[in-house]
Amino acid sequence: MIAANRPQSGSRLLSLDAQGLLREVSATQLPRLLRRGDVVVANDAATLPASFHGVHLPTGEAIEVRLAGKLDDDAARFVAIVFGAGNYRTRTEHRAPPPLLRAGDRLLLGSLVAEVERSIDHARVIALRFVASEAELWSGFAAHGKPIQYAHVVEPLKLWDVWTRAATMPMAFEPPSAGFALTWKMLDDFAARGTEFATLTHAAGISSTGDAELDKRLPFDEAYVIPESTVRAIRRAKAEGGRVVAIGTTVVRALEHASRNGTLRAGRGVATNRLGPGTKLKLVDAIVSGVHAAGESHYELLKAFATGEQLQKMTEVLELRGFCNHEFGDFVLIEREQSRTTTCVFADGNARMRYSNRGQQEGLRS
Amino acid sequence: MATSNDLSGLRVAVTGGTSGLGLALTRAFRKRGAAVAIVARTAEAVERVARETGAAGIVGDVGVKDDIYPIALQINGRLGGLDVLINNASSLGPVPLRLLGDTDCEDLEEAIAVNLVGPFRLTKALLGALAASAREGRGAVVLNISSDAAVNAYAGWGAYGASKAALKHLSAIWNEEQAAHGVRVLSLDPGDMDTALHALAVPDADPASLKRPETSADELIAAIVAALPPQRAAQPVGGYA
Ligand SMILES: NC(=O)c1ccc[n+]([C@@H]2O[C@H](COP(=O)([O-])OP(=O)(O)OC[C@H]3O[C@@H](n4cnc5c(N)ncnc54)[C@H](OP(=O)(O)O)[C@@H]3O)[C@@H](O)[C@H]2O)c1
Repeated sequence: MIAANRPQSGSRLLSLDAQGLLREVSATQLPRLLRRGDVVVANDAATLPASFHGVHLPTGEAIEVRLAGKLDDDAARFVAIVFGAGNYRTRTEHRAPPPLLRAGDRLLLGSLVAEVERSIDHARVIALRFVASEAELWSGFAAHGKPIQYAHVVEPLKLWDVWTRAATMPMAFEPPSAGFALTWKMLDDFAARGTEFATLTHAAGISSTGDAELDKRLPFDEAYVIPESTVRAIRRAKAEGGRVVAIGTTVVRALEHASRNGTLRAGRGVATNRLGPGTKLKLVDAIVSGVHAAGESHYELLKAFATGEQLQKMTEVLELRGFCNHEFGDFVLIEREQSRTTTCVFADGNARMRYSNRGQQEGLRS
Repeated sequence: MATSNDLSGLRVAVTGGTSGLGLALTRAFRKRGAAVAIVARTAEAVERVARETGAAGIVGDVGVKDDIYPIALQINGRLGGLDVLINNASSLGPVPLRLLGDTDCEDLEEAIAVNLVGPFRLTKALLGALAASAREGRGAVVLNISSDAAVNAYAGWGAYGASKAALKHLSAIWNEEQAAHGVRVLSLDPGDMDTALHALAVPDADPASLKRPETSADELIAAIVAALPPQRAAQPVGGYA
């Protein structure tokens, strides 16, 4: 696969439909692959400038802190990955380790000071708390934070490179990159074809820590918020036999987590679920994703939608056709295999409806 | 004028919120219970107005490309999303005003950077937040502050007038394009007001002949409320006198 080394350079889309047929189109043609009554759900989280270069004050050593997750609602507390001296141009797996990080150590990050609360089962993972007011926190992020970046992209990223067109609340630690497929023109095209567009906000976490053992623990828990209007749009689509098309794995994770008890609920949640070959999808019928090489964790997620054999075939075509991978690359659309049915149940007055991915519905007494 | 007096829950960003019309808008929105973020270049003034009004203060220059996303980050982060964006900060171009033939290209570029490109960039960066607000039924409005110099050709107002005319047309096209997404884009002339900008442009004007910026602010808020969904506009009247 060719690594996309410039921001938002993806332009092609390979679709794998429910019958296992492959088709290549321009990414702008996505609306033509969808149907009247489908609902497209995107992650509208804006990306935080979550990388901070600074100093470990007890030793005076240079460090890079990458915010990677939240522990609670405290705006100043984060889970962070810490590297020693160096920057994104060195591949994460070759980055120097940080100095020994102890509870109470202070880190100077631009105008911000953070305190190490504790290390979390790994020399490079800590809970930290910024010693700052809310105003200082945001102005400090704005002034000194940089988007988290990896070696395959050469030029330093700016915030505008990592915000999708839908970006709203700055909650994501890395971009919800499937959302780079979306344009305002595309939203108009969805509307013209009778496809609804809805969003949720999901704090997409980091994709790589540079440590194979640690990477196995990804994704960390991720906070999300699902608006009432999105639940209504999904309910409408399902009632009319439409499909739920998730733009990105974060959307799948949030929707499947929020409907884990059988009913999709609006509001806040913390996704702790993992997607993979064994996942029985309750709600989502299709996914738009970036291109991922076999073996990457994202590739495994796609096995919730298609068999390993189908994905293998798809990967061969992606290779052959020179698709670009990574966060700024091309896209795939994968419809769930026809035999796998969705099982989400909506509480709707007294009647309960059960849906399958073919849009059949049956009334159930509650 | 029938303006809604309770705007609690509304999230508003005002560029140039530390002086003149922007300050009057900030005070009036805060009195009505709205959450407000202000943006201006002078840190001390931003801090002073933030302290006085309880607005979130953001230091930045809307004429500088690299400032826009950091501003948008802070607006979305501090307000938790956005319902109303008011592009009010403005540059007069060369001061004292000059005939076009005497205007340096750099002065024209500066007026266009602050009065046209800045509002375009900031609107674009915040469009995701505004459209999200519209999808959730909260409505979304962008108000670009215009001027009669955008429609009438006044000698000496070339850089300012041309940039404001372009902003007015840009607003009209934004509004066409965003109507389907529920984002309304307005362009309104506040009238000649007694402000620092007016004193710079017309030093010998009689202040008594000028509007108070508070009066313009009330009129503009009424126009914004009218462009929001009726449910919100019909919120109960609060204690603002
Ligand atoms: N006054 C009038 O008679 C009149 C008539 C028609 C239209 N208008 C329009 O009304 C609006 C407000 O004008 P005003 O008379 O209230 O002006 P003002 O009193 O001079 O206030 C201007 C505000 O904008 C800020 N500002 C200026 N340049 C900025 C930049 N590049 N980035 C961020 N903030 C910036 C200023 O703070 P800093 O300097 O600290 O940045 C200040 O807060 C303008 O759009 C103007 O064109 C005014």
